[in-house]
Amino acid sequence: MTQPKLTLSGISKSFPGVRALHEVSLELYPGQVTALIGENGAGKSTLVKTLTGIYQPDAGTITLDGKPVSLSSAHKAFELGITAIHQETVLFDDLSVAENIYLGHAPRTRLATIDWPKMRSDARRLLKDMGAGHIDAEARLRDLSIANKHLVAVARAMSIDAEIVIMDEPTASLSHKEIEDLFVLVDLLKQDGKAVLFISHKFDEIYRIADRFTVFRDGEMVGKGLIRETSQSDIIKLMVGRNVDHIFPARTPSIGAPVLEVKDLSHPTEFDSIGFTLHAGEILGFYGLVGAGRSEIMQALFGLTKPSRGTIALDGKALSLGSPADAIEAGIVYVPEERGKQGVVVDLPIFQNVALPSLKKTGRNGFLRLAEEFALTRQYTERLDLRAASLSQNAGTLSGGNQQKVVIAKWLATKPRVIILDEPTKGIDIGSKAAVHAFMAELVAEGLAVIMVSSELPEVMGMSDRIVVMRAGRMVEMLDNNNLTADRVVRLAIGAEEVAA
Amino acid sequence: MNRLLKVRETWLGLAILALLVAITFRAPGFSTPENLASIFNDTSILLILALGQMVVILTRSIDLSIAANVALSGMVLALINSTWPDVPVPLLIAAAPLLGLAFGAINGFLVWKLDIPSIVVTLGTLTIYRGLTFLIAGGQWVNADEMTPDFIAITRLNLLGLPLLSWFAIATAIAFWVVMTRTPWGRAIYAIGVNPTASVYAGIDVGRTKFLAFCMSGFVAGLCGYLWVSKFVIASSETAIGYELQVIAACVIGGVSIAGGIGTVGSAVLGAIFLGIIGRALPVIGVSPFWQLAISGAAIILAVVLNARSERKTGRIILKQAEGA
Repeated sequence: MTQPKLTLSGISKSFPGVRALHEVSLELYPGQVTALIGENGAGKSTLVKTLTGIYQPDAGTITLDGKPVSLSSAHKAFELGITAIHQETVLFDDLSVAENIYLGHAPRTRLATIDWPKMRSDARRLLKDMGAGHIDAEARLRDLSIANKHLVAVARAMSIDAEIVIMDEPTASLSHKEIEDLFVLVDLLKQDGKAVLFISHKFDEIYRIADRFTVFRDGEMVGKGLIRETSQSDIIKLMVGRNVDHIFPARTPSIGAPVLEVKDLSHPTEFDSIGFTLHAGEILGFYGLVGAGRSEIMQALFGLTKPSRGTIALDGKALSLGSPADAIEAGIVYVPEERGKQGVVVDLPIFQNVALPSLKKTGRNGFLRLAEEFALTRQYTERLDLRAASLSQNAGTLSGGNQQKVVIAKWLATKPRVIILDEPTKGIDIGSKAAVHAFMAELVAEGLAVIMVSSELPEVMGMSDRIVVMRAGRMVEMLDNNNLTADRVVRLAIGAEEVAA
Repeated sequence: MNRLLKVRETWLGLAILALLVAITFRAPGFSTPENLASIFNDTSILLILALGQMVVILTRSIDLSIAANVALSGMVLALINSTWPDVPVPLLIAAAPLLGLAFGAINGFLVWKLDIPSIVVTLGTLTIYRGLTFLIAGGQWVNADEMTPDFIAITRLNLLGLPLLSWFAIATAIAFWVVMTRTPWGRAIYAIGVNPTASVYAGIDVGRTKFLAFCMSGFVAGLCGYLWVSKFVIASSETAIGYELQVIAACVIGGVSIAGGIGTVGSAVLGAIFLGIIGRALPVIGVSPFWQLAISGAAIILAVVLNARSERKTGRIILKQAEGA
């Protein structure tokens, strides 16, 4: 049996409040493609960053050709022959193809200056060998299609003689034909004896290209094996089969009148023909893989992007949402996914964060009234059980869970009709998670309509009354949340064909 | 942030006091009330402009055209005054800020609607406003003998022991304090400076808020257009040339973060006063003008280093959380 080229064992990595990786192992074999499979948040990106030297693991060992190595920096990883091709290619748009391929190891003249003619001819030959002779070595990278940029990235990997190539969802934005071309290249890499780590959500691709698989779930390695010996449903079971360690609040749904009606909502590039009705007292879950278009729909509902077609009506009245201010005015609020970037203003005090959209209400005659702002903030943060020493401390000093409470308090203070929660418990600790869930149950009990976007299946299945499953910008199915199995939901989201049980 | 800033302002206040004490050792007459009042009066225009510039910098922008706006507004007013001496001076004073506001609005509009970086926009309008100043005056100066006595005298009127010019500065500082701490727009300025993305999600119109910041800086530039011409009794296309750098320096020394979102009225005021004192003290204690420039330059770098150091701590915390999210 061949020896693994690269072995990771016992790798752990934690961030404050989150355990991203827990004693995971992974082997990459020369001349073989290993697929890394897992739901969003399973720890795949953290692993890629560990392999490329961006993150340092807290524990564990990495061995290359049987010798322990330390990937202490991105440069070190590069020197050891590890290179990554990302979803969004990280190359230099304003440099030429040849420069991109040879940046950092360009051929030199005797005077130690860059040997441009040699670099260009080398690049041309390399591209031709790869069957990518159609790419002009002197073209600006900016002018290339994404598929061609990937080819350049592969050329770069070949030029530095990388032994290990990581492909992080390389097909996410490619057409069918381009994907096929990329796979031909992957075969080429295999023949060259490179060890390839291939990260993808798409099962057809994995079965087309991979020799082995490793499954991550919640930061742990839960299974590995040979692709040809394993069925699709076994892999899906590994992906979702988790022990439920979290009790969701029991609630008796009392679905009221329709509040929000969305019809035929479409966007030229992000989503198409989205239609659903949201009722008072209902939690509508949106499940799908990253990039399924869920957040993009929510941003349209919040006035951040303009849909090209379709209508949004609140209480039967059609809305024209030109900006978030319009949406807030109408009673639709959005708790965004990126809490630190989009949710809280970390350098402003808690009370200013909470009062920010309510300044018209707390102020008088165009002047702020700080006492009113404090009163408002106190009212809503107490309801959410916010743990803070003082309401005038900066929001950035709070833990993730408490920051999320600040964002939710901010929106509740505007007395909304519809509240959209985008990955509401992403990256927060278990205790705060339960608090957010309990609070969601409380909100719907009061007749608020809630949309919850989540990539965590237990959360979607534990909290939603109905579930919209999305794939590639389209609604695949609207499911009533009873007698659902996790398998079914994931199958729909991934687009795996039904296998008779 | 607030506590940090208070500390920073306290430190700058103490530094100014220490500076005064040190200078007084060398030049005993320096710290008399009369002399200090006169320094303040000479710093008034810088102080007012620094306030306007601060608002723009808080929004992660910069207004390089602020001094050119002073020159152009000042020239327009001086020309009106010399051509139609009958126009009452109070009316001109009232018109001055509006004139500047119009020029500021052009900057703001370009930044807002065309989404051009402010440094490029205001570099362009700087040149345009300078050129216009030259054009409308036909390359001529407007001298003291062409201005009406009132036009010159008003800024010198003594009120409770201070010239009216100083009162303009005090009134502007108070007005800015109210606007920045007590109005939704002031709050929005800080919010978009600290985190533009989250501000969009909170329903704030970032472009419009920035537009108004440029209007505000134009407003004070127009006011200073009048004050400058009245104080120095001359309007030319060279008026306040290069002064925008002093104004930005005052903000930076005061602790206004060039990255946006951090800075108070107190920081701009203290920064301007610090520069004013340096400018007046160094000749008195016999330091050459060359050293004056070098010393203000050193003060700017020192201020930036100190600010960067005090901000670093919070930055680390944010990063960790961002990673974990």
